Formats: sequence, structure tokens, C-alpha cells
Amino acid sequence: MKTFVYIDHFKGEVQPASWEALGLAKSFGAASAVVFGAGVDEIAKAALEYGADEVLVADDSALMDFRTEVFASTLSALASSLSPQLILFPTTTRTRELAAMCAVDLNCAVITDATAIEIVGDKLTVTRPIYEGKLFEKTSGTSALQLVTIRGRAFPKPEREAGKAGTITKVPAKADALSTVEGYNVAEVGVSLNDAGIIVSGGRGVSNNPSLQAPAGLDEKQTEVWRAQQGFKLVGELASTLGGAVGASRAAVDAGYIPYSNQVGQTGKVVAPDLYIACGISGAIQHLAGIRSAKMVVAVNKDADAPIFKVARFGVVGDLFVIVPALNAAFKKKLGK
Amino acid sequence: MKIIACIKQVPDSEAKVKAENGQVTWGDSPLVINPFDEYAVEGALQQKEATNGTVTALCIGPASAKDALKHALAMGADNAVLVSDAALTEGLDTAGAARVLAAAIQKIGAEMVVFGRQTLDNGAGLTAAQTARVLGWPMLGLAGQIKVEAGSVSVERVIEEGRQSIKAKLPAVVSVVQSIGEPRYPSFMGIRKASKAEIPVWSLSDLGITAPATMLTRSDIMSPAVRDMAVEIISGDSPEEIADKLADKILAEKVL
Ligand SMILES: Cc1cc2nc3c(=O)[nH]c(=O)nc-3n(C[C@H](O)[C@H](O)[C@H](O)COP(=O)(O)OP(=O)(O)OC[C@H]3O[C@@H](n4cnc5c(N)ncnc54)[C@H](O)[C@@H]3O)c2cc1C
Ligand SMILES: Nc1ncnc2c1ncn2[C@@H]1O[C@H](COP(=O)(O)O)[C@@H](O)[C@H]1O
Repeated sequence: MKTFVYIDHFKGEVQPASWEALGLAKSFGAASAVVFGAGVDEIAKAALEYGADEVLVADDSALMDFRTEVFASTLSALASSLSPQLILFPTTTRTRELAAMCAVDLNCAVITDATAIEIVGDKLTVTRPIYEGKLFEKTSGTSALQLVTIRGRAFPKPEREAGKAGTITKVPAKADALSTVEGYNVAEVGVSLNDAGIIVSGGRGVSNNPSLQAPAGLDEKQTEVWRAQQGFKLVGELASTLGGAVGASRAAVDAGYIPYSNQVGQTGKVVAPDLYIACGISGAIQHLAGIRSAKMVVAVNKDADAPIFKVARFGVVGDLFVIVPALNAAFKKKLGK
Repeated sequence: MKIIACIKQVPDSEAKVKAENGQVTWGDSPLVINPFDEYAVEGALQQKEATNGTVTALCIGPASAKDALKHALAMGADNAVLVSDAALTEGLDTAGAARVLAAAIQKIGAEMVVFGRQTLDNGAGLTAAQTARVLGWPMLGLAGQIKVEAGSVSVERVIEEGRQSIKAKLPAVVSVVQSIGEPRYPSFMGIRKASKAEIPVWSLSDLGITAPATMLTRSDIMSPAVRDMAVEIISGDSPEEIADKLADKILAEKVL
């Protein structure tokens, strides 16, 4: 199967699921990596090191910032001239829109969030979650070309072979952007939720420590937020000991304890860590929608009847302000940190 | 400014959705407006207020989807249109929906169309960008904030790495995320108005199009493997003892 893999990046930082897509493509045969941007030599080299047989690069100032229209036109033109049968993408905010537009241009099928792909002969069958992961469907495209975006952490990441060489071919860029980028406000996220192997999350419970004495002069709401920040500090310390990311429930986001980009769940992020530690989170169905693919859930909650315990492997019924720092200390000792 | 909010009707997120004989069922759970599309209506209403404009809610679906449109009317939308046609069966994929929506958008006329982030049932998150492509309009996706000024729209797009501010000329397609603001509750007056509203139903021939061909075939629907998840509650005499036991248990599972 003639396969292209679109390598998604933000200012040169590659979304790791791009490499997972490349590894998957290699398991089907030869794979060409596709890299768009301005000054992307390093990414092209990395693609070869992660196993691409060749790299197709559109390196042009018109592709400096991701804008869906111009990236789509560039990719659609490339696909029309080289006729791949499959283009794989990591699933990211950018590639959903990119694949969407290319599917219109090329009049072909597009399938998102693949968690498994089978190929029999020339027929590709994709497994993907529907109804927030309550069900899975197997679906196939009827067109000669298919576009598939894969879920992060659903496929293994290939080994990187330093210094592996290969052909890098320049391809033309289009210049039909319909929007201009006015600026960025890049978050200090540390480990990103999307590709985190470990996530420690806090919920409304992180503000519930009445004995914490807030600095003078704060009103009631500010005191609550201040307390929550102390709680999230504990959550963050445990995450950092474990090399993980910090997540949150929507209640914590809505109350202004932490930015929306940390939210896990139906209207936040769907994550797939090996370990998910939920602290002071009740386990509402919309929160659970975000963690169905977690391999193991651990819950710390004061309320023994909290629904989060129904999906947890291990639980502690207790105060997170006591348990989380103790757990952090225990891991520090055991991991030699 | 004339604004359209695209909404779909889906089973409630609390519903126990199951697969039975290749069919999806959700018992007697109600069908509701797609929760992501409540944000779309909210975003559209904010721009209606900012520009002294109008909002039309637009939905493709069966006759029962009028209830979802009524919810949008009760929230404050001025008009609603349902596109319903026997030729639009389950087989409508996102590209097909985009073609139908684009035709309806052109018939209604709009300077801005607001979408939700994704549907709860299909969850593809593709339709907005596909509609933009069919219309040839700019796509400003995943907006946490929208500002309209002198024929242009600027949005703060919420991406993995933070926020990206982008700007484009109207008309444009925008999709929104939760940061746009909590969807307002329907007011008493709104509910009364909505309950009396006559919602026009357009067929494909009203739109001058035929049913789009589907590009996808579904061969199976499965329930996820159930995990035997008997939680083991870790207890002990002191927090240190509990933490020590729990850390050992987690390490033994080799997830680190
Ligand atoms: C359309 C829609 C979409 C939604 N999307 C999302 C989403 O994406 N993500 C999401 O998370 N939610 C989402 N929700 C909200 C969801 O329904 C819940 O309201 C939310 O998840 C609750 O957050 P929480 O568990 O932090 O708060 P709560 O339900 O208030 O739970 C707090 C928990 O903390 C425990 N606690 C309190 N103090 C302590 C302490 N000191 N130590 C230990 N435990 C303590 C309590 O026992 C309680 O169980 C959505 C809702 C709707 C309607
Ligand atoms: N049948 C429909 N009628 C109107 N709008 C729709 C329909 N299906 C999808 N949409 C819009 O497209 C968005 C993305 O849908 P999807 O691509 O299916 O995840 C939704 O949040 C809606 O705003």
C-alpha cells in the first residue's frame, strides 16, 4: 500500500503521534513522510531516522504558520500528483481540519481517531471510538485514496535510528491562505496531556482544605482559588516526580483553578495514559469519557461512594491534601529521586 | 450580522448506549442538542449581541430534531431551519453533511457560521472544516474567543500548545470550544416562543441538490471490552503507610 504520513508539528516541535503513524505505515510497507513548514530540515531528517523511506518536503515561507487552507491545498496537490492510497495523520487540532479539507478536495474518505487498522489485500478497515468511546465501529472508505488520523498512544512509537539517511525531495507549496496569524500565547504545559504516559489530575476537591490559611486581603472566591492552587501544587509535584502531565476536571477549570487546556473529559481532552491518578474528582460520566483508554486508574477521594472508584484499579478513601504529598514522598524514595 | 449556528441532535451523554445486532440503541434516554453545539449557539448569540445581528439555527436530521432546534430558539436564536429528506439516511458522512449544510447556508445567507467542536455520536470533528472548504470560506477552528470588527473576524484558537490568534475576512466558518462561555439557559420567554415556533423543513430539492454519495461503510459496531474493575481500596494506620503500600502496588503493575 502506497502510504504517506503527514508529520504534524508546531514551530518545529513534532507531535509524537506523528512518529507512531510513521511506525504504523512502515508495518504496511514503504512509507513516505510529508513535512510542511518553513525551515523544516531537522524534521525531515528526524523522519528518516524514525523510519521513513523518503521525505517529501514543502519548505516555504507561505507555510511558516499552520493555516488550514494553504496546508490543505499543498497536500491535496501533492496527493493528486503522486496518488498514494493512504495518508496517515496523527490526530491533532491541526490535522483534523487539514484532513477534512483534503477529503473535500480529493473527494475521498476521511476517518478520524483510529485505534486499530487492518489491511487485507487493498482493503483497509479502521476501528474507531464512537459515542464518546462507549462503542467502537469498524469502518472502511470506498474511495481509492483514504485519509486516516490515528489516536495518540494507540500504536507503538518506532525506535529512532540516529544518522539514518535517505532521500529528501522538495515539493511545491501553495499560497492560498485565507487567514493571517496575529500571534501566539504558548502555554507552559510541561508534559503534554496528549502523549503523556502518566497523568495526575485534580478536581473540585483540590480547593477543599479549610485549614489552609490564605494570605490576608483575599475575598471568598480568591481564597478558594488560592487554596485550589495549593492543591494543584501537590498534584503537580506528584506529576513531576512521575514524569507525568497535570490534568483537571471541568469543575476545576470552570472554577478558574487551572486553564481549560488541562481539562480531561468529553468537552476537554481524551487521553490514553498508562496511569491516571484522579485526586478529588468524583468521576462524572463526562469526565470518564476522557479516560476510557487509560490502562490503569487510581483514585484518591474523601467519599467512598464516589463513582470514580468504579473505574479505578486502586483507591484511597482519604483527604488528598494528606495522601498526595505522602504518595509523592513514597515515590521519590522508591524511584530514587 | 447574519449568523448561522449548525447543530445536531444526539443521545444524551448520560445515556447507556449499546450495540445490538449491529444497531446502536440508547433505551428511553432522550435525544438532546449535541452538547458541543450548545457552545456553538452560545458563541453565535454572543456575536448577535455584539453586532446587533440575527442567529439562525440549522440542523440536518429527522423531524424529531426540531426539538434540538427549539432548544436553540429558547436560548435566543431568532430562526431555525431543519433540513430533512428521506434520501438522507444514516449513511450521511461528514463530507456529505458539509455539502448539504453549505447549500442551506447559501440559501439562508450568512456572514458567519458557527459550529461545535464535534458531535457526541460520530465525534469526527470534521464537518466545520469540510463545510468551509465547500463554501470556499476561511476556517477559524476551535475558537475560545471570537471578535468581529470591520468585515473581519479574529479568534483565539485553542490548540495543543496554547492559543493561536488568527484573523480572516468575513464570511467565515468558526468552530468553538468550551472556553467560549457557559451556554445560557433558555429563558421562560424563550421557551414559550420556541414552543410556538413553526420550523420550516427543507428537502434536498428545496436546496437544489441531490443526496451526496457516502464514502464510508461500517462493517461492525462493538462494545469495548469490559474490564473486571474491582477496586482495591488501600488502607493503613497512617498516610505514610497507605502511600507506601499504594506506591508498591502501582510499581508492581509496571505502568511507570
Ligand atoms: C455537556 C457536559 C460536558 C462536560 N464535560 C466535562 C469534561 O470534559 N470533563 C469533566 O471533568 N467534566 C465535564 N462535565 C462536568 C461533569 O458532569 C462534572 O460536573 C465534573 O466532572 C465534576 O468535577 P469534579 O469531579 O472535580 O467535581 P465534583 O463532582 O464536585 O467532585 C469533587 C470530588 O472531590 C472529592 N473531595 C472533596 N474534597 C476532597 C479532599 N480534600 N480530598 C479528596 N477528595 C475530596 C469529593 O468527595 C468529590 O467526589 C461536563 C458536563 C456536561 C453537562
Ligand atoms: N446533522 C447535522 N446538522 C447540523 N450540523 C451538524 C450536523 N452534523 C454535524 N454538524 C455540525 O458539525 C460539527 C462537527 O460534527 P462532526 O464532524 O460530526 O464531529 C457539530 O458540532 C455541528 O456543529
